Amino acid sequence: MKDIILKAENISKQYRLGLVGTGTLKHDLNRWWHRVRGKEDPFLKVGSVNDRSTKADSDYVWALRDINFEVRRGEVLGIIGKNGAGKSTLLKILSRVTSPTTGEIKTKGRIASLLEVGTGFHPELTGRENIYLNGAILGMTKTEIKAKELEIIEFSGCERYIDTPVKRYSSGMRVRLAFAVAAHLEPDILVIDEVLAVGDAEFQKKAIGKMQDISRGEGRTVLFVSHNMAAVKSLCTRAIVLEYGKTVFEGKTDEAVDFYLQTNQYEGFKKEYINNALEGSGIETLQLLDEKGVNRAEFGFDEVISIKIKLKIHENNSKSFLGFRVIDRKDRIVFTSELDIASISDKIGTYDLNVNLPHRFLTPNGYFLTFALHIPNVIMIDYIENCLTFEIVETGSSMHKYAGVDYGCVVVDCHWSILN
Amino acid sequence: MSTTPNDEWLYTISSKNKLIDLNFKEIWRYRDLLLLFVKRDITTVYKQTILGPLWYVIQPLFTSVIFTLVFNNLGNIQTGGIPPFLFNLAGITAWNYFNNCLSGTSNTFKQNESIFGKVYFPRVIMPMSITISNLLKLFIQLGIFAGFYIYYLSAGAGLSVNANLFLFPVYLLMMALLGLGLGMIFSSMTTKYRDMNVVIGFGVSLLMYMSAVPYPLSEARKKFPESVATFVEYNPLTQIIEGFRYMLLNTGSFSWSGFFYTLSISIVLFLVGIVIFNRTEKSFIDTV
Repeated sequence: MKDIILKAENISKQYRLGLVGTGTLKHDLNRWWHRVRGKEDPFLKVGSVNDRSTKADSDYVWALRDINFEVRRGEVLGIIGKNGAGKSTLLKILSRVTSPTTGEIKTKGRIASLLEVGTGFHPELTGRENIYLNGAILGMTKTEIKAKELEIIEFSGCERYIDTPVKRYSSGMRVRLAFAVAAHLEPDILVIDEVLAVGDAEFQKKAIGKMQDISRGEGRTVLFVSHNMAAVKSLCTRAIVLEYGKTVFEGKTDEAVDFYLQTNQYEGFKKEYINNALEGSGIETLQLLDEKGVNRAEFGFDEVISIKIKLKIHENNSKSFLGFRVIDRKDRIVFTSELDIASISDKIGTYDLNVNLPHRFLTPNGYFLTFALHIPNVIMIDYIENCLTFEIVETGSSMHKYAGVDYGCVVVDCHWSILN
Repeated sequence: MSTTPNDEWLYTISSKNKLIDLNFKEIWRYRDLLLLFVKRDITTVYKQTILGPLWYVIQPLFTSVIFTLVFNNLGNIQTGGIPPFLFNLAGITAWNYFNNCLSGTSNTFKQNESIFGKVYFPRVIMPMSITISNLLKLFIQLGIFAGFYIYYLSAGAGLSVNANLFLFPVYLLMMALLGLGLGMIFSSMTTKYRDMNVVIGFGVSLLMYMSAVPYPLSEARKKFPESVATFVEYNPLTQIIEGFRYMLLNTGSFSWSGFFYTLSISIVLFLVGIVIFNRTEKSFIDTV
């Protein structure tokens, strides 16, 4: 068992809501007065859980509450959680940008953090000068940078422009140069935010490859914060899941990802549809289910999604068709599927139907479902636009390295062969 | 799992704070960054200007000319046999250094928010680099002063330096400490209370008139109301400006008590600045 290189104990961070304004001075003085008398900060007792969507009952919130974890040398720890879970705050504390309200982090190595690439780039300086400046800001010494200068320039692919002021660079070049500097950092502990999603597809591939080298090959200790489950799965050895500023899961990466997918459902999704006031024919309920029959709105790329349908057919609508359409976030229709009711039964009454969406097919993204019950070219009996929404989460598709790039709505395994 | 004794940890991130937390070892480790910031400040200020570094020279020269016209020709202030232009140039050169240090560092947190919000390095590197890069400006301006000095000397003016010239480095240090100390105090306060920006904006230019820059201290004693004259005299900046002119032009007055008074005030303000700066740097990003 390798030794512990970083240890976080009871890390909490409190933020004040609202404007920093006239009340600030009063609170500051109050706080100062308590401290002078050796008493506890009165505002530490208040504060509510950081749920962004509900109205706060206090001016103070806890962005993080009693976070504990340990990292061993050479380990790659993933930190996952949805927006607002406290990931960024934890990152800021780890990188010493801000300090925790209570608790402490002890470390045996030097921490370098990559919350952003290209911090401190000066537009008037040349690419080469900026390599030195940025490298030094990230904690490298001049000698270290000099030793890696050629490697950095080559990695960035900006040789030709290296002595031109950075303000003449395209934004892509700037990002590449910045990432090149960052990728050649050699701290004991590296803290990385989702800076991976930068640059064009080719460079992203290069960047992820480099990240894998850093964490695997070179045996560096890395803390990696991300939304991209595929990247977490491929890079991390262990992961913690944050929710509303608390650690809710800690363990193996695969288990952590599963836990995250099952518990962190975005509230904005419509995982079921119920129409209680249905008169005549139409769709009464719709439910999105996973393989275990759990009602969810977020599914892994390799999971089968079932839709359970309760359909009412009255009088002379038995010749109707039930169809649905999958529409992506850009309003593109991915495909349409249809069922001829007459082909399965001709009785009047209530049907319980099930339809499966193919797995390993829809590109990780958000989708809408529109349902319709109609007699083609005659009558629209029931039409419910965007009645269900769901999200496919990247859990390791063949295209995962292009996360963020629009490469289509579906992932298809084409048959490739060599002819010569 | 074995528990690790505390002394094995390299460092600890927590909210607790030592009063003066100036980690020289760490600053030394970041010395390359300090130098790169200095280089950046110097090379980028006048990029894409035609006159470039000449601006360092033009500004004090023009100010001196205007001061000479207004205060000496119009206001008839006596400079004790020293050419008024040279008298003003000496005062302005010294004042500029203090002023540049103060206004440069007083913006530290606000201006570097984007860097400070993403990366850690000893924050004090920033104001230090500003103080050092201003030193270069000061030396250029002193060079100009020397040029005019020689010109007036060859034109037959009765000029001589004073034996106090050996105190020159101490005067530099006092100006740097004062500028840096006050700058750090203001920069820390600006993160929460923006009012300080406004104070700096007009306050510093007014302070110049209360620091005996365009007139000798003796004139202030003669012509100002009692209370104002006392204020000017006890203003540490007056002591610096007056002492600066005394050693370069052998004019005005000098006293060791005034010298040590200024030196101790500079050191105290600097230490106060460091304490406040330390307190702020840990969490300013939450309030800025």
